[in-house]
Amino acid sequence: MSHIARHPELAAQFVSDGARTEWHDQALWFVRKKRDQMAHALPEWELLREKASQIKHHTMSHLDQYLLQFETKAIERGAQIHWARNAEEHNTIVLGILQEHHVTRLVKSKSMLTEECHLNPFLERHGIEVVDTDLGERIVQLKGEPPSHIVLPAIHLKKEEVGVVFHQHLGTDQGASDPNYLTEAARKHLREKFMAAQAGLSGVNFAVAETGGVVVCTNEGNADLGTSLPPLHIACMGIEKLVPRLEDLGLFLRLLARSATGQPITSYTSHFHGPRPGGELHIVLVDNGRSDLLGDPSHRRSLHCIRCGACINTCPVYRRSGGYSYHATIPGPIGSTLGPSRNMQDYYDLPYACSLCGSCTDICPVQINLDEQLLGWRHRIVAHRLLPWRKRLLMKLLSWTFRNTWMYVLAGKVARWTVPWMPRFLIYNPLNAWGKGREIPRMPKHSFREMYRKRIRK
Amino acid sequence: MDSREVILRSVRQNLPPKVECPALDQGHWICYEDRVKQFTDVLEAVGGTCSIVHSMDELNDQLHQLPAYCAAKKICSCVPGVGESNVPLETIQDPHDLEDVDFAILPGQFGVAENGAVWITDAEIKYRILCFIPQHIALVVRAKCDLADAIVDHMHEAYHRLEITDSSFGLFMSGPSKTADIEQSLVIGAHGPRSLTVFLLEMPN
Ligand code: SF4
Repeated sequence: MSHIARHPELAAQFVSDGARTEWHDQALWFVRKKRDQMAHALPEWELLREKASQIKHHTMSHLDQYLLQFETKAIERGAQIHWARNAEEHNTIVLGILQEHHVTRLVKSKSMLTEECHLNPFLERHGIEVVDTDLGERIVQLKGEPPSHIVLPAIHLKKEEVGVVFHQHLGTDQGASDPNYLTEAARKHLREKFMAAQAGLSGVNFAVAETGGVVVCTNEGNADLGTSLPPLHIACMGIEKLVPRLEDLGLFLRLLARSATGQPITSYTSHFHGPRPGGELHIVLVDNGRSDLLGDPSHRRSLHCIRCGACINTCPVYRRSGGYSYHATIPGPIGSTLGPSRNMQDYYDLPYACSLCGSCTDICPVQINLDEQLLGWRHRIVAHRLLPWRKRLLMKLLSWTFRNTWMYVLAGKVARWTVPWMPRFLIYNPLNAWGKGREIPRMPKHSFREMYRKRIRK
Repeated sequence: MDSREVILRSVRQNLPPKVECPALDQGHWICYEDRVKQFTDVLEAVGGTCSIVHSMDELNDQLHQLPAYCAAKKICSCVPGVGESNVPLETIQDPHDLEDVDFAILPGQFGVAENGAVWITDAEIKYRILCFIPQHIALVVRAKCDLADAIVDHMHEAYHRLEITDSSFGLFMSGPSKTADIEQSLVIGAHGPRSLTVFLLEMPN
């Protein structure tokens, strides 16, 4: 079996640069604070979250009906609907549409779904040039990396590093790192790509069952530039993106941008109801494990996610370990629960990349119980004996100790006597993962029990 | 069985217990004392500008004071009587031909106080690319009697007011195109418009 690098190992690489870790942490905390300001400015914030959660619960419990309604309405408006069971089928459908239209140059706006399906490399293998047009995504694409965050794809890069990438690929001045200058260079470059593209592909933020429309939110306007110039628009969406009514959009749009970046709304919120005159709109509905997740009572709520990224920004582990330490398409708390539902073996480490602080659950605009889900995964992962033997053994030992009073008392005594005399190498060795970067507290003379007993006697 | 059937069957097998759909009654939501001021403030905070005018002449005057308008070579106006349009849309066959429009003047239907957004549809704008490709954009939002009628408090009201009918495209536009993808530094003018001016036109007929 090949070695999969796990979160602790990848995080260790990330934190080896202390100053950079601090910088990354602060950058995300800055976004989190902007979100707080926005949330606090609306007295009805908690009510919005509550209602949004209810709507999602309702939608999921009628998902078959809403999918059918959406299909009917979208077809009435002239869109073409495709259904894909999994990533391969999704990719084949997209390729088929592109080939039918002789497309060799495609522009894309942000879509985590196509990341999940690994669409770009698939299309490239079939001779199609794919250009990601969200600035952050373009940066990481040129660098040959995946996004490290679902809303801020290049949050892990410093402007000097972006400068180097642009110097290599876009011919900007060597050493230039001014964001204004670099953005201007990207603007020129991407506008050429928009003009040359024969088709535009977008993700979908929301799809409305009642009207058959899809809604796409961007700040740059890239989804719209990409889909309003060429006559062919392909929109790819997971089946969980539905909302029942047009008016539900009001609720979700109030929550989305505020939670994501602390903006009152994105610059552009586009509603596509059918193709533009003379054009074609294809909507691909993708399952890829979602309907199975729907049947898992303890984790189905992760399907409510509107991909705002707030749980990622607030997560103390993500902020200090970076997106790539999650080795998954979606990082952070939501990724750590979605990962194991996709494949428990591959992602068993992610629910442990969590301090169970619960900040993600507090912040989530659709009230997903993220911390409970992660704890739930840990139960299952233990039951499936997926943890490494060292951790399993330790857990067994600890649980036995906690269950037997005499053992617990004895262990405490032994530790209090011996630890202060032990040489460091005996305490801080590879067996003690906890002692990595942490100091064991100073051993007190007496245990709590002993002190308590003394007080009672007095 | 085709994929559609497979997916629907799997969804049906896994459906959670039924949950009612909540009502989204108005009345719970924030109302602003001065909607126009709130709209103006938020629009400015997101990088746009708002200008209140009371006649077409005043609107055109204000337009001529915008440096971006004065410097524009190619101007496309979709609002009759506003600006000197020199891109006749009737002659345009392909949206790509609008690439070099410097300034576009477009009609907006109403504004939203809570987020500075304006609702626009392609019913009045032949090519939707005109909302995105011009270097600068001005929107004209017209109030029938009172300015405050042109602005709704929040998005809930917005969705009650707008109609999805024949127009295949509708858009909330809030400020110019922007990005903060390089080290979280806000840059106005990502790939789309570098500026947005909203004219609130209060003009009793
Ligand atoms: S889980 Fe909640 S907070 Fe996290 S991205 Fe999804 S909607 Fe946002």
